[in-house]
Amino acid sequence: MPKPFTPKVITANALLEGDVIYLADNGWTRQLAQAEVFTDEAHADLRMIEAAAQTGEVVGVYLADVTLEGSTPVPTHFREDFRARGPSNYAHGKQEQF
Amino acid sequence: MYHYTDFDDAFLKERNAQFRAQVERRIDGSLTEDEFKPLRLMNGLYLQLHAYMLRVAIPYGTLNSRQMDTLAMIADKWDKGYGHFTTRQNIQYNWPELRDVPDMLDALAAVNMHAIQTSGNTIRNVTADHFAGAAADEVADPRPVAELIRQWSTDHPEFQFLPRKFKVAVTGAKADRAVIKAHDIGLRIVKRDAEIGYEVVIGGGLGRTPMIGKVLYDFVSSEDLLPTLEAIVSVYNLLGRRDNKYKARIKITVHENGIEDIRARVDARYALIRDQFTGVDQQMLARIEADFAQPSFRKADVTPFHNTYQHDPLFRSWADTNLAAHRNPDYAIVSISLKAHGKTPGDATSRQMRLMAQIAKRYGHDELRISHEQNVILPHVHKGDLPSVYYALKAEGLGTANIGLISDIIACPGMDYCALATARSIPIAQEIATRFDELKLEHEVGPLKIKISGCINACGHHHVGHIGILGLDRAGVENYQITLGGDGTEDAAIGERAGPGFSAEEIIPAVERIVLAYLDLRNDPAEEFLQTFRRLGLAPFKAALYPEAPAQKVRENAA
Repeated sequence: MPKPFTPKVITANALLEGDVIYLADNGWTRQLAQAEVFTDEAHADLRMIEAAAQTGEVVGVYLADVTLEGSTPVPTHFREDFRARGPSNYAHGKQEQF
Repeated sequence: MYHYTDFDDAFLKERNAQFRAQVERRIDGSLTEDEFKPLRLMNGLYLQLHAYMLRVAIPYGTLNSRQMDTLAMIADKWDKGYGHFTTRQNIQYNWPELRDVPDMLDALAAVNMHAIQTSGNTIRNVTADHFAGAAADEVADPRPVAELIRQWSTDHPEFQFLPRKFKVAVTGAKADRAVIKAHDIGLRIVKRDAEIGYEVVIGGGLGRTPMIGKVLYDFVSSEDLLPTLEAIVSVYNLLGRRDNKYKARIKITVHENGIEDIRARVDARYALIRDQFTGVDQQMLARIEADFAQPSFRKADVTPFHNTYQHDPLFRSWADTNLAAHRNPDYAIVSISLKAHGKTPGDATSRQMRLMAQIAKRYGHDELRISHEQNVILPHVHKGDLPSVYYALKAEGLGTANIGLISDIIACPGMDYCALATARSIPIAQEIATRFDELKLEHEVGPLKIKISGCINACGHHHVGHIGILGLDRAGVENYQITLGGDGTEDAAIGERAGPGFSAEEIIPAVERIVLAYLDLRNDPAEEFLQTFRRLGLAPFKAALYPEAPAQKVRENAA
């Protein structure tokens, strides 16, 4: 029996800065909260193809699992949590902006 | 210090120009990421979890003040105002932007530095004893031969695509401060009769299959060293496994073939290539040795040291902990701790880097070293200057008196930065240091090395920590395994796994239980942690670690 498709976002690193980025409705965002959330596998696959083709802007595109708190995506794995917030030893990553 | 020749300067300029063009071609779309990645890695540029990371070579950990100032300038101009010193005696910048990297490399080249072979399946930055040229117990300074090996290995056409990365470490003393037995090749300078030569150890390494290196030759003459190294790496290049990344290091090659078989192959290869080494390398070595001439030590009053030692207990504590014996009794080797309690091990701000450069220039014959334990060394400081050095360091947060103690922790970047990591290392190190500072037990516990890795690759050397901590991902949760009894010295040993791992919340109390058990178990305060462990074995520490668990259960879980 195929594994049920759980909510996901598309993430990558920006080519120039290396920043963690997420695919949003209208391009890439640095905020996970603004990411487009995929609950339909076919739609996610289609958007992955589009995202991975943007080789002049992004590096290492992949799908990351999230859960939804209301409509806000939240990482399910601690690695994605750090990618979304920045390193935990100094407040000098993305957490500076929150 | 080694001084670059015109050839060295031209080589770096050409190499940097080449990389600048490659970066431009990646940005304008002429190169794909697949095409660009091996090129950036050949220049020390990784893409990590949150940003690019540039790893800069500090060959054998030696720097002068101008170079340290440049590292500070780079941190301010192109990064976030700090750098991270690593167990390979390198510095890493965690936040560079791709288009700035060629400028960073040019700035490094201006002070005879580079990032070549700090990545990739090639011979990496050669490391050495951080007390080189100063230690009282030294047979000879290991840096000239380390520089010779750097020159021999840099862009060596045969060794750019080895089965895996290849690490060489050199020590010139019997006391091994370079962890040579955990390297692909470890060299120890030895004296036979009056002749200086090298004990050659191969096949050591940590990672998922930790192994202690084996002696390939107990004495290789200076003239035969490079041909021997060439023969070893050639044999590995041919024989090393390329079918499985996890079995590709030379430690596996040695393990699978046996040291006798490898020795026979190296002997055969050596016989074939020996004539290609016509003695030019020995002329180069002589020139390099002249560059590493000892500074002219001065005669001066050491009374200020003794007076301050008597009257300032903080200075006394620092002196007792952070100074090592220099070959000149009027001098000391100063270890500057980059492990202030609660801070990130190995990090230095640009202000701190500049201060260390100033101190080195004024009091330290313009020499600095980076240790594999992620601290900074001033190898030659006159004892009369030590109070001034200490108070200057203290004012900038660099006066922590903890070298070799429980808070002097090696920690890899872990999942806070590294794309390969499976758990965090730094916060665990920060919490352990803070906990034992609060308990005021650090000095009572005495010498104890804790080493933490955030994944099985063991960049934090946890296998050779007296207490080793390995961070793993267990079903989406950070989990930390403990090993005990590891040792990175001349008596090198791989630590024994203690049992089931601990969560991030449980690991600090677990370490505390081990340390309190040691305080109970030791014969007297002079018996160090490792001695107690070797006398009693794992059992009493395991009992302290898992007080609730029946012995059988512990055994099952550890299996």
